[in-house]
Amino acid sequence: MGKIKTIFKRELLNTVKRKSFILVTVAFPLLGLLVIGGIGFFQSAEEGPVNDIRIGYVDEPGDFNGNLTYGNVTLVPQEDWQSAFDNMSNGLISQFFVIPRDYMANGNILRYTFSREVDVPYEVYNTIEMFLLNNILEGKVDSSIANRVAYPLFLSNFTLSSGGEVSDQQGGFASVIIPYIFSLLLVMAIFTSSGFLLQGLGEEKENRVMEILLSSVSSTQLITGKVLGLGCAGLIQIGVWLVSARILADMASTSIGGILSGLSIPTDYLIVSLIYFVTGYLLFAIIMAGAGSIGATARESQQFSTIFTLMAVVPFFFMIQILESPAGALAQFLTFFPITAPITVIMRMAVIDIPIWELGVSIAIMVAAIFGSILLAAKIFRTFLLMHGKTPKLGEIIKTLRQA
Amino acid sequence: MQNNGKGTAVAVQVNNIYKTYGKKTVVSDVSFSVEKGEIFGLIGPNGAGKTTSIRMMMDIIKPDSGEVYILGEKFREETKNKIGYLPEERGLYKKQTVTETLKYMASLKGNAVSDKRIEEMLNRVGMLPHKNKKIEEMSRGMGQLIQFLVTVIHNPALIILDEPFSGLDPVNTEILKGLILELKEEGKSIIFSTHQMSQVEELCDRLFMINKGAEVLYGNLNEIKRKYRANSVFIAYEGEAGTLKGVTESRQKDGYTEFFLDSKTLPQDLLQQLLDKKVMVTRFEVGTPSLHEIFIRIAGANGDGNG
Repeated sequence: MGKIKTIFKRELLNTVKRKSFILVTVAFPLLGLLVIGGIGFFQSAEEGPVNDIRIGYVDEPGDFNGNLTYGNVTLVPQEDWQSAFDNMSNGLISQFFVIPRDYMANGNILRYTFSREVDVPYEVYNTIEMFLLNNILEGKVDSSIANRVAYPLFLSNFTLSSGGEVSDQQGGFASVIIPYIFSLLLVMAIFTSSGFLLQGLGEEKENRVMEILLSSVSSTQLITGKVLGLGCAGLIQIGVWLVSARILADMASTSIGGILSGLSIPTDYLIVSLIYFVTGYLLFAIIMAGAGSIGATARESQQFSTIFTLMAVVPFFFMIQILESPAGALAQFLTFFPITAPITVIMRMAVIDIPIWELGVSIAIMVAAIFGSILLAAKIFRTFLLMHGKTPKLGEIIKTLRQA
Repeated sequence: MQNNGKGTAVAVQVNNIYKTYGKKTVVSDVSFSVEKGEIFGLIGPNGAGKTTSIRMMMDIIKPDSGEVYILGEKFREETKNKIGYLPEERGLYKKQTVTETLKYMASLKGNAVSDKRIEEMLNRVGMLPHKNKKIEEMSRGMGQLIQFLVTVIHNPALIILDEPFSGLDPVNTEILKGLILELKEEGKSIIFSTHQMSQVEELCDRLFMINKGAEVLYGNLNEIKRKYRANSVFIAYEGEAGTLKGVTESRQKDGYTEFFLDSKTLPQDLLQQLLDKKVMVTRFEVGTPSLHEIFIRIAGANGDGNG
């Protein structure tokens, strides 16, 4: 046990002191602060002085001559196309549109501007629409009807709990962004620490330190110390992230409001994230350690492990399906399959309450997979840790697993 | 008969170990014992099975069959703490400083070493000024000496050195030889594996020669040399020797002549003849073959398929 502790301590300190580790750990909270600060800044900027927009129009039918002001947008009647163009050239109007004689028959409107646009600005489109609507309906219907035709609904949404109260998780944009960010963080935390493990083993093989280490400790002690040490580093990393995510979510919720006002991270979400970090990391670390002992160089080991990395991110490919039917068969299957479980569970958790039995089964399968892979990996370590220069063939690996 | 060396003066007892990879037999029926306090040579050409044998002694590889006893007992995890092993394939963590390296490696042997011992050891090889340098800043020779200190820092009873002199310049080679002899005086048992047989002749008391995975020679260095003595004498002299009785062949060497004698003639018979002829003898030496020559002779014979 003493030796495991020695290795644990070295790996933990070595990792925590790495520049890349520190960078990744603080990058996320900093990025979050920056985004929140940025949104806040632009929001307050919008509330400052607003430019007046003057839109010219040529009224061929001659029925559109009232209701010319909409907030900061003013509509300016023009003689004909040529004078409208001249006024636009002189900067008196920023753009103009033509209402053709047969407008009432087909609704066609022709708009002209100098600026290149991806799409018609929402404000402009809206103003033209309101202007046409108001002029068509004016005098024909009651003003309240005209208003409702223009704005038929102001929607308020309530997600109810089973007891009939308004639930504190109201879904919407916040419910998509949270699982997305969280599953991304989980994957990053798992991959950074198990990646360090892989890299460390590769370096020890390349540096030829491995045989000296193995003459002092057993391969199991070595791997155990490494897995736990790097896991602890990963735990610190994800701890920093979770705490700062919660603080950032509160900040975003109050300072930005609007679409982010529902942004809060419940405690059970944090706990499940931690459970899946620990189990997911352990499983991955052991797989990575196996890959690390098989590959002749750090680079080759990395290639081996890519297969498992790809499997782990499969839930991202099916993110839409999982979020749309979080209780569906696909979501369930990916919850029970150990390699995809961590990300899938985090995604599903955000949109539904996963039944306790499903979580229980999923975690039980994770634990079983961890022990299974330890048994297999122990055989691989012993055989391949000292091999360098050549990578064993697939047949040799399978033979090793069968023997011993 | 003792076969595990328990209670005796045996540091390592190897009994009939075999190791096969696929169809290739790497080590076949190797047995030897290393006595406490001696320097034991494990020699043979590259790829003979030396490193595999050592790895089996260190329990890094399991033998297919056969037994190894270290310091009187079967290998346990704790046994590693009593051994200092310098592998042929060796390296250190490049980013660690010299002192950190020595401390960490000793703690992996279950031993906390004092700063005082570290400084003493570094001082012995004249590297105390470099104690806070990183391994990657060291020259290759210096790195090798640090590597050797790592092997012995925890004061092991048994030291196994696999090609310890590779990559060392003559100055560092002498420093290392001195260290090895000091360790012997301290009563350590040392196994010294190399393909350079001349080094064995300088340092070892007894040896095991291995070729193609099997024993070629085993025993006391001097006895082996006597046994494989070609019946020849090296003589340097002034004057006219003329024809000598019992000499089958003579070869002129640089400053002396090697005379090969027939089986009935002894070296002193030849000396007597020369003295009778009033020849001035300045050097007289019974020719002993070098280990290298012995190896060539035996390996050559084995190569013919005779055994």
